[in-house]
Amino acid sequence: MLAQPVLSQLEQIVGKDNILTSKMDMVAYSYDATADMPKQTPDVVVFPQSSGMVQAIVNLAREHKVPIYSRGAGTNLSGGAVPVKKGIVLSFQKMNKIINIDPDNLSAVVEPGVIIGALNAAVAPHGLIYPPDPGTVATATMGGSAAENSGGLRGLKYGVTKNYIMGMEVVLANGEKVRFGGKTVKNVTAYDFANLFVGSEGTLGIITEITAKLIPAPKFRRTLVGTFKTLADAGNTVSGIIAAKVIPATMEIMDNMTLRTVENSAKIGLPTDVEAMLLIEVDGMSEDVVTAEAEAVKEAVIKNNGTLSVAESDKERDDLWAARRNALPALAQLNNTVILEDATVPRSHITDMLIACQDIGKKYNLTLGTFGHAGDGNLHPTILCDKNNKDEMERMHKAVDEIFAAALSFGGTLSGEHGIGMAKMKYLKDEIGESGVELMRSLKAALDPDSILNPGKMVPAPAEA
Amino acid sequence: MSTEAAIKEKVSYFEELEAIRAELDKCMKCGNCMAVCPVYGAEKLETSVTRSKIAVAEAVLDGQLELDDPQVYEMLFNCLVCKSCMSNCPTQVNFERIMLALRAALVRKNGLPWLKKMIFATLKHPKLFDAGMRIGAAMQPLAFRGEQDGRAMAPRSPFALVGKGMGMDGERLLPSTTTKPLRERMPEVVTVQDATMKVAFFTGDSLNYFYPEAGEDLISVLSANNIEVHIPKEQSCCGTPVLVHGDVATVRSLARKNIDAMDKSGCTYIITGCGSCGNAWQHDYPELMAGDLVYAAKAQYWAERTYDISTFLTRVITMRPPQGRVEQVVTYHDPCHLKKGMRVCSEPRDILKNIPGLTFKEMKAPDACCGSGGSFVLTHYETAASIGKKKADDIAQTGAETVSTGCPACMMQLMDNMHRCGQDKEIVHYISLLAESYRRENEATKKN
Repeated sequence: MLAQPVLSQLEQIVGKDNILTSKMDMVAYSYDATADMPKQTPDVVVFPQSSGMVQAIVNLAREHKVPIYSRGAGTNLSGGAVPVKKGIVLSFQKMNKIINIDPDNLSAVVEPGVIIGALNAAVAPHGLIYPPDPGTVATATMGGSAAENSGGLRGLKYGVTKNYIMGMEVVLANGEKVRFGGKTVKNVTAYDFANLFVGSEGTLGIITEITAKLIPAPKFRRTLVGTFKTLADAGNTVSGIIAAKVIPATMEIMDNMTLRTVENSAKIGLPTDVEAMLLIEVDGMSEDVVTAEAEAVKEAVIKNNGTLSVAESDKERDDLWAARRNALPALAQLNNTVILEDATVPRSHITDMLIACQDIGKKYNLTLGTFGHAGDGNLHPTILCDKNNKDEMERMHKAVDEIFAAALSFGGTLSGEHGIGMAKMKYLKDEIGESGVELMRSLKAALDPDSILNPGKMVPAPAEA
Repeated sequence: MSTEAAIKEKVSYFEELEAIRAELDKCMKCGNCMAVCPVYGAEKLETSVTRSKIAVAEAVLDGQLELDDPQVYEMLFNCLVCKSCMSNCPTQVNFERIMLALRAALVRKNGLPWLKKMIFATLKHPKLFDAGMRIGAAMQPLAFRGEQDGRAMAPRSPFALVGKGMGMDGERLLPSTTTKPLRERMPEVVTVQDATMKVAFFTGDSLNYFYPEAGEDLISVLSANNIEVHIPKEQSCCGTPVLVHGDVATVRSLARKNIDAMDKSGCTYIITGCGSCGNAWQHDYPELMAGDLVYAAKAQYWAERTYDISTFLTRVITMRPPQGRVEQVVTYHDPCHLKKGMRVCSEPRDILKNIPGLTFKEMKAPDACCGSGGSFVLTHYETAASIGKKKADDIAQTGAETVSTGCPACMMQLMDNMHRCGQDKEIVHYISLLAESYRRENEATKKN
């Protein structure tokens, strides 16, 4: 429990309408969207509305050695937003203004609480888009997605959040404010701080403003679906499309378990006797190019023994997307706990990874479906289990260990887009080694010596590694 | 799950809070509800949104929080029960069931008088209290007017008296309540020559007392399609306003009374012109009555035979195409209980688009809640006003001169929203536009 004088000072900083302390309110800020994570109630939630307020809060927290957890919309999938060591939740839900949109410089300056979808709605009249599109675009904030370096469905062609952050204002643990980057395309002044803070999960500094890069919205698109009798055919199609020099905007894959589950719940006429489905969308500024790319995709599907469907209208496109949209919801309805992983492999190992996930599911007798972003190798093996079944939960934990080991054995990574948080901290050294973990500790100690910024996340304490 | 087990589960959540745990377990805390929850949209607090209410319900069941902790209680009522979250929920959590179970548990624990006191204690707008009480008192006789046989169940919740969607202050525009109620205007049976079918019209309180003209229009449309309309005198309030305050006993009495009235009518279908009423018949009555030896089967029977007037006209019968021109630019607001409860969405639009001369303009987010939600507007004035302003802005952008909808509670709220935003547009039930087209067609025929 925080001492009353600290609470009073917090209230003085943000105003009485921007602080929560009741027991009930604390329950509402005790979780994020990650399954199977410890919950913890914070001592207080504050809603700063300027970087000055954030600085004052940080100074107060440092003086009293109280942890601070920055929080956007709390849609995190690695336990990063849970106030696990109690203290102050710094919610950016009310610091949500779009400061300016600059079509000449293809950029926008936003406060961290701006919803990704709201930014896209605001730039659409200028014919522009902000491409990163995690599944939570309608709810997640710019600050949260920058801190987590979110990915999404368009990663293959358009990249991820880090490719769209041009500049930032960050409040450091010492209370200083630093601005770097800006609206210029080229900028090699100083270290590349943007890439340090993007994906730092709130452990190195607190993002208080973001300059985001925008691009012209593609004018044309074509959507195609291929279904395959073997995973190898699907994997070869992915390789074949890339070999034909086509980079689709999205290239999504769903395995048989996922397809059967979707069909069972949504009844949309999916084939349930195929091993995989690919949903492919090509887009661009010229109709000719997009048509030629769609033709190349068709050829690759047919050459690899796939059955093809092509959307001729928006309605048909919606129908083709229905399967992908329903993947997680349909799987999630199978049980009360959804373990959604994001192990990622080089594209050429997609087939190997899909087979490995299926085998692991069978080995531990678990309900496991895999879908994900085949084009960038980012898969979502999803395990459905019963949190009240201790034996099943233990088998699930073992399966998750093996999934990560498999991804690393194929030259992949623990996390493509969800982050490390609490969920994957113990695997960190398996990927980057003890020296990598030590490097993280050094950075953390340099920037946050009192460990007040999102403690217990991402950077393992010596005993935890 | 066996039918028996399903029935048991359905019954028990009204009586036993623990029965809701399986529903709570379904929530992944993914936060998709944040994208659509009107209260969260206005307040931007985690505590406003569905998933946090689920987390709090879990904490109550686990003994971490008390149900009647003033904060918990306030949070429970900071919800419009609009079902928006349910339409965007990947795991299909039945949040309405959770909310009603919590509110029923609150009434079981501390009783209705305590609840009434607490609700009024949270009135956020000083001007509301006096006026709310005044109008509530003025409405008291109204609530009983149609029930002169003395067997009527007096609704015990103050909000059954206050009615649906009624925020009261000096500026609040309300439909006149001095006119003669619908059921007193009309005979119990409206006959037509060569009737092809007879249906029972469940008017609900709002059409009966506040918008009797819309009720008359609904009847005239059925008559124009050769349907005999029965308007059973013994029907009363559907009970939704009482149910959302956790008063399960009263809503069950109302349900039994209404089922009896419909049984007696000998009709094939129940027709409604109010999303909340139709939703009560389709979804609430079967759940409320599931454990009742006599009424369970009856409730189920009528649930499958209750249609919104638009569904009846376009899906059950093939309505006579309207010929009279209605030269108006019209938009349509989807009432929450009509779209997210009764799943009626395209039918009213089909009707409107088929009216000659009528130009239909879709608004942005037509299914975003208007902010009505029972007594919500009384107890959460600022939030309701902010939700209402968004709706008014979306309507204004269409340039439509007429706003149509399918629920009288929304009509009241829209009238008030638009008035406050300086946009005095005509607010009508969509059925009135169809009735108008039929009328003009008749006038034209007479002239020739």
